[in-house]
Amino acid sequence: MIWNALLLALREIRRNLMRSFLTILGIVIGVSAVITMVTLGNGATRAVSDQISSLGSNLLIIRPGQHLGPGRDSAGSAAFKVADADALRNQINGLAAVVPVSSKSVTLVAMSRNWSAGVTGTSRDWFSAGKWQIVSGRVFNDAEERAGAAVCVIGETVRRELFGGLDPVGRKIRVKQFSCDVIGLLASKGQSTMGNDQDDLVAMPLRTVQRRLTGSVDVATMMVSVRDDASMDLAKDQITWLMRERRHIGPGDNDDFSVMDTRQIAETLSSTTKVMTGLLGAVAAVSLLVGGIGIMNIMLVSVTERTREIGIRLAIGALEREVLLQFLIEAVALASLGGVVGIILATVASISGSALMHVPYLFNPMINLLSFGFSAAIGVIFGYVPARRAARLDPIEALRHE
Amino acid sequence: MSEPLISLTEVTRRFGTGAAAFQALRGVDLSIDEGDFVAIMGPSGSGKSSLMNILGCLDTPSGGSYRFRGLAVEGLSRDQRALLRRHALGFVFQGFNLLARTSAQENVELPLLYRGESATQRRERARAALASVGLEGWGHHSPAELSGGQQQRVAIARALVTGPSLLLADEPTGNLDTERSREIMDLLTDLNRDKGITVVMVTHEADMAEYAHRVVRLVDGRIASDVRQAERQDGGGRA
Ligand SMILES: Nc1ncnc2c1ncn2[C@@H]1O[C@H](COP(=O)(O)OP(=O)(O)OP(=O)(O)O)[C@@H](O)[C@H]1O
Ligand SMILES: [Mg+2]
Repeated sequence: MIWNALLLALREIRRNLMRSFLTILGIVIGVSAVITMVTLGNGATRAVSDQISSLGSNLLIIRPGQHLGPGRDSAGSAAFKVADADALRNQINGLAAVVPVSSKSVTLVAMSRNWSAGVTGTSRDWFSAGKWQIVSGRVFNDAEERAGAAVCVIGETVRRELFGGLDPVGRKIRVKQFSCDVIGLLASKGQSTMGNDQDDLVAMPLRTVQRRLTGSVDVATMMVSVRDDASMDLAKDQITWLMRERRHIGPGDNDDFSVMDTRQIAETLSSTTKVMTGLLGAVAAVSLLVGGIGIMNIMLVSVTERTREIGIRLAIGALEREVLLQFLIEAVALASLGGVVGIILATVASISGSALMHVPYLFNPMINLLSFGFSAAIGVIFGYVPARRAARLDPIEALRHE
Repeated sequence: MSEPLISLTEVTRRFGTGAAAFQALRGVDLSIDEGDFVAIMGPSGSGKSSLMNILGCLDTPSGGSYRFRGLAVEGLSRDQRALLRRHALGFVFQGFNLLARTSAQENVELPLLYRGESATQRRERARAALASVGLEGWGHHSPAELSGGQQQRVAIARALVTGPSLLLADEPTGNLDTERSREIMDLLTDLNRDKGITVVMVTHEADMAEYAHRVVRLVDGRIASDVRQAERQDGGGRA
């Protein structure tokens, strides 16, 4: 009976091909939107965590304020000073490097070309802590750091935009009102997940940036790399303890800074993208519901159109539940067809979308199954009312229907 | 004859309520034996179709009782009546009422589908039924490709494919010319005589009523006359 009803439903769908297509369009769009959103979201999450973990597991990042992530800032918490970095370096054992970082976005000019990029003021340990390779030239030395010399190391994107195919080492870049010697070129790291280009940067000695660009002695963040033979947890505790002391935080008060390892940062960033994924998925799910209403609408039309057919079936001896099942199966077949088409569409969209966004394509069987199940369920829910209407028809009335 | 196949006592059928109520049947007593061939006649609006619907278990009486093989139909649920139709009754309607865009073969298979018969069994029996109404080889045609007479023969094939004990036909020749009508009547006569199927038929035409063994005349929802007539001697068959 079910098999026959299924064949019947498929024939009915084929008979009104155009109408069936338009009917399932809502479900197709809903399913493909949900799956694409979730798949791309998961890819982005994965890419973020991959990228941060690639920095290594022995890196700690210290920032003023308690939170990290878009929309949360460190307002109200005092900035660090160079002295904080010195204190960490001198008073805590087991640290390989303490790297203060301060940055500023500026317009660069060279060879009569303009380019906007972020300038990172830091110490030369920053290159090793961030796993940067030098392709040409060198990084700044101790003397340049102490003097705040006008020297810089640039990323691949900055080179391309300002110098074209030329070797930038030995040339000059105008940064605001001062001119800066390019002493090194960084190896390309490529695109990052959040869409930003990691090679679009200029690194200078911290003091240079403080004096000539930010005009303050503040340090925005500090990166600490812990020696391989030292304990991360111990280093974290000691840093927290020392910073609390230096920032005069009372015993009962909360930290006004945070010390995070790369795993924690990855988790924090991932949780943000996860929330986004969830939200987008929820919006897409609403379109699935709308698709269900479309199915209900067309099934009601179909029941009215086929009143005579239903009358004949009932007169011949079809039971109420058999007619109900027939129309229910038709609705479910329509909705599931929409689900299948949606899944195919979503796969295409996700693969090309993740290529475009430079995130990995992660096939998620769960969300595909779930979406398919959901669309079938929508067929049941929204097909029930029309199917029940068909089953409850009075055979005499139905036979007389024109 | 022991128990009649059909026995109606004091059957009434009222449509609507209050002032708009209309009494279509006003106390019908009728009993039909197995193997009979009954024609129901009467002016328009006299309640013929209402009576047929009740006989066919598509409708239930407002009052009185209807026993089919001793079974009180008014006490049955909707689904129980559907099962009774499925297993014991065959219908032929005035408007043919075949499924459009569905082949003759599939139309005839439909009742077997609901009886849960296998695909091969369905195909065989439907083919045999079509052959018995003279439509051998027409199975793949859809109703739109068939003449009125052929459509009505498909409808008859569909009604008898399950081997019903009672065949109900409400104006089976109403839409057909005389020649086609005679073919249909010959077919019903054959079924009645050769297969012993009880036939109850509504007709407006005295010519067609002649084929029956018994003519019941309805006027204003009551039986006005009930006459048993001699069996036709001329051309009982199609020959
Ligand atoms: N569902 C209904 N609701 C209200 N009145 C109805 C209904 N069905 C039938 N009637 C009324 O009952 C009366 C008998 O109808 P019925 O169809 O039985 O007549 P009939 O003898 O078959 O007539 P005809 O020869 O025209 O087919 C008619 O007056 C009709 O208006
Ligand atoms: Mg009538």
